[in-house]
Amino acid sequence: MKPVIRMRKVSKTYGEGAAAVHALADVDLAVCAGDILMLCGPSGSGKTTLLSIMGGILRASRGSVAVCGEDITKLRESELPRVRLANFGFMFQGFNLFPALTAQENVEVALTLRGRSKRRARIDAAGLLEQVDLADKRAAYPADLSGGQKQRVAIARALAGDPPVLLADEPTAALDAGSGQNVMEILRRLAEQRGRAVVIVTHDSRVLQYGTRMVRIADGRIQNAAHPEETEMVEAVAV
Amino acid sequence: MTTLAWKNLFHDKVRLAVTLTGIVFALVLIVIQFGLFLGFLETSANVVEHSGADIWIAAPGIPHVNGGAAMPESRRFKALEVPGVARVDKFLLVFSPWKLPGGSQESVQITGFDPDGRMGGPWNVVQGSMDAVREDDAVIIDDLFREKLGIARVGDTVEISGHRARVAGFTHGIRSFTTAPYVYTSFKNALNYARLTEDQTMFLLVKAKPGIDIGNLKRRLAAAVPGVDVYTNSEMMRKTQGYWVFRTGAGVTTLLGAVLGLLVGLVVVAQTIYAATMDHIREFGTLKAMGARNRYIYRVIIEQALLSALMGYAVAITIGLLIVHGNASGTTEILLPPQMVAGTAALAVAMCVTASVISIRKATDIDPALVFKG
Repeated sequence: MKPVIRMRKVSKTYGEGAAAVHALADVDLAVCAGDILMLCGPSGSGKTTLLSIMGGILRASRGSVAVCGEDITKLRESELPRVRLANFGFMFQGFNLFPALTAQENVEVALTLRGRSKRRARIDAAGLLEQVDLADKRAAYPADLSGGQKQRVAIARALAGDPPVLLADEPTAALDAGSGQNVMEILRRLAEQRGRAVVIVTHDSRVLQYGTRMVRIADGRIQNAAHPEETEMVEAVAV
Repeated sequence: MTTLAWKNLFHDKVRLAVTLTGIVFALVLIVIQFGLFLGFLETSANVVEHSGADIWIAAPGIPHVNGGAAMPESRRFKALEVPGVARVDKFLLVFSPWKLPGGSQESVQITGFDPDGRMGGPWNVVQGSMDAVREDDAVIIDDLFREKLGIARVGDTVEISGHRARVAGFTHGIRSFTTAPYVYTSFKNALNYARLTEDQTMFLLVKAKPGIDIGNLKRRLAAAVPGVDVYTNSEMMRKTQGYWVFRTGAGVTTLLGAVLGLLVGLVVVAQTIYAATMDHIREFGTLKAMGARNRYIYRVIIEQALLSALMGYAVAITIGLLIVHGNASGTTEILLPPQMVAGTAALAVAMCVTASVISIRKATDIDPALVFKG
């Protein structure tokens, strides 16, 4: 299957000279449609940097990143928002919902960013919230939602515009076991039934079972393809 | 987008109150300080502004209208001979002691004018009439200074420079920028209070015939009348205002207060708007990560600043107008002309938008780690 994301020899260095910090070194990675790729590793290992480069938020110092066949490392800074809008939905550990907006409006923002009219955005946002079983919480503000509900709103928002890739940073870290399981079930359904590629940075051992592939990172380098003792669904990841 | 800006502002009422308080404080400070300065400017030369004269003839080298010197009355006849002159009236303005009923004294400015020509006379007479000053010893004072001058009503008598004076009317709103109120009387009466002789005057106020070029007339008068300085009315205004504003501590202090008010206001608004924008920095980071272009974020931030500016302005100008209204019976004038009301709106928008632009760079140059970490 043709990868939706292909990273070749990607390195990222912060700073220069003696003060330089090598966050990533020669990372080769491919993510295909339907994958649920778990990125694991200790704090400061480079997981978030890898996710940021993959999502076109941060630029690689060296190497190439192709998203749906387009090499985004060759694009100008001003072109990257287009790439993010077209290809990625983002989920964050802290949910990052807009506290002043209702659940419905949070999703609408993501849709209007993609050029939907207000009316269209309203209809589509309602549909997306229904997909994550939050139809009855459309008018609720984030402060009135549980952690699990907030993350489901974040999923609905990430799905706005139907992007092929979902990038999630510790999506279950702030959730109890039940809510975390619920969120992961939704993500698995999206990968299995809708063919979305899902990349998850996580420390949470409870959710590793949902991954179809797992990559361990340490000191900015991919250590291995997978740990058989942690998951039985592992394939070689490094390409 | 408007929804996001609007909702961001109104979601946190306390934050909004803090933001608006900062903007309102800054704008009220600016409005009042500049209002005081404009009031000072207006008050310092109001006698000239309302004189109705086209040209002033004065003794040579006077610093301002309140610093006139005596000159021979005969200059008036020379001036009357100049073509284009319709009328020439004698006028004097001099500080004199006003004896209060209790025996203590206040300083006043005796303003002697010709009741026939009325140039240099009082305006806004609210009790009595300007013609009342034709009577011997009759004076008109402003009702704002009744208490200061120990006057209860028309008919009260006092003593000015050892001469009897009787209050024959009141004006309203003729303030003095010094502590000495203006006391209007006929030129004839004023000679007694000013201790001048009948063949002396301090100023000659000239009225030009209709259609006469004032600049040309001024030059002709300067050439025809020996030993005097000649000013147009606006030149005398500027000369007087310039003296009190730039050559005395009072004017510079008021001007400095206005400038400092503007600077403090700018800093307060900049900090307030910057803080309000930075409160939402994480949300702007999220928007950026989601794919929002910088101009989308600029617009949200600027819309927030605009909304804050307009709300802050509405409250501030209302407070400003209330203060000006409340000060209507005060002896210090605060002016809030329509140009300043409009200018303050423009200033509020400019300050808030500029302050928001300063924070825009922060909002659009976000470390992705900030967005991804909880």
